[in-house]
Amino acid sequence: MNDDSLWTIFLNASLVNNFVLAYFLGICPFLGVSGKLATATRMGGAVCFVMLVSSLCAFAINALLVAIDAPYLRLISYIVVIASTVQLVEMFIKKMSPALFRALGIFLPLITTNCAILGLALFQTNKGYDLLQCIVYALGAGSGFTLALILMAGIREKLELATVPDVVQGTALTLMIAGILSLAFMGFAGLGA
Amino acid sequence: MAVSDKPVTIIASDRAPSTDEFIKGLWRENPVFVQVLGMCPVLAVTNSGANALAMGLATTFVLVLSNALVSALRSFIPKQVRIATFILIIATFVTVVDYLIQAVSLDMHRALGAFISLIVVNCLILGRAEAFASKNTLGRSILDGLGMGVGFTFALLCLGGVREILGSGSLFGFALFPAGFQPWIVMILPSGGFFTLALWLLLFNRLKARKAARGVTGEAAA
Repeated sequence: MNDDSLWTIFLNASLVNNFVLAYFLGICPFLGVSGKLATATRMGGAVCFVMLVSSLCAFAINALLVAIDAPYLRLISYIVVIASTVQLVEMFIKKMSPALFRALGIFLPLITTNCAILGLALFQTNKGYDLLQCIVYALGAGSGFTLALILMAGIREKLELATVPDVVQGTALTLMIAGILSLAFMGFAGLGA
Repeated sequence: MAVSDKPVTIIASDRAPSTDEFIKGLWRENPVFVQVLGMCPVLAVTNSGANALAMGLATTFVLVLSNALVSALRSFIPKQVRIATFILIIATFVTVVDYLIQAVSLDMHRALGAFISLIVVNCLILGRAEAFASKNTLGRSILDGLGMGVGFTFALLCLGGVREILGSGSLFGFALFPAGFQPWIVMILPSGGFFTLALWLLLFNRLKARKAARGVTGEAAA
């Protein structure tokens, strides 16, 4: 059991230990979808939603696995649940907004292999959060991920107008910016501790 | 990002295993520096050389075995559920390696934390299963997994080495500098990971650009 207050959990997940900039979870979409602000915002929303749903599912599964004493099945069952949740969200978005579906492209199915989602499920199990704490943790992690994604997309949109040497173009430049953002987020250390 | 892998799919699958399957992962198609796959563990666990090596070996283990099993079962797996099947296969081997590391060294298990379990979502492994192992023979798939795994470990060591030398003044725990050395703490913090990887990618971009330029001038001279 874990007796962190809800506010502490939220701050910790979103700012202090930001999933992208401190734990390096979800780097693939962070580098891949952060080119345009509009896409980044929607991707953030999709990840938030998947995080919330899979966090709830992971909580239920963990309770079940503890009850039948089979912790070695944890990883396998988590990944199956996450994969099916992503499938569900994909069908939902395809139906509701085909434009968004096309904009997100390959990155939507790739949420399955987004470490942030599985990481969230594993961390909440390791920390022994109860149901309410899990929900807040998922919301915090999701908003932290969205925040990092939006910041990055904003910077990259500005960079398109700047002259950058050819060698630095692409992933290297994005990683540099991520490093600086990560330094900035270190300023939150100690907050809500 | 498993989609970036074209050359392999063109090769006919009935060719005999060759050393090229192994060699290509080391340098020409290095998973980290050239394909930029599986970034999360690359950045997260490379704050020391030992962690990097352990992560590299664990990933290689999973990569070789999952490639082997996917390749062996490739004619039985229905196309529609192949990704789910691959993930299940990978998750099984990751669970094995998780318990293995726990049995061998509890300290290492604590240092790597959840990142061992997160090998499951390493895009590199799913990428190789989808792009290579599901289309090629058992021998070639094992060699491919081994090559990619060694290339991945090599890249992790490149990052882990630089970060540990600068950030703690040591390599694999042995002090390298006299006592007066002021370690660059930032290198072992998360931002150091981003910077070090960015610098390695810069180096590779530079090499690629030079090679391309030399190719152009060479053709012009001929």
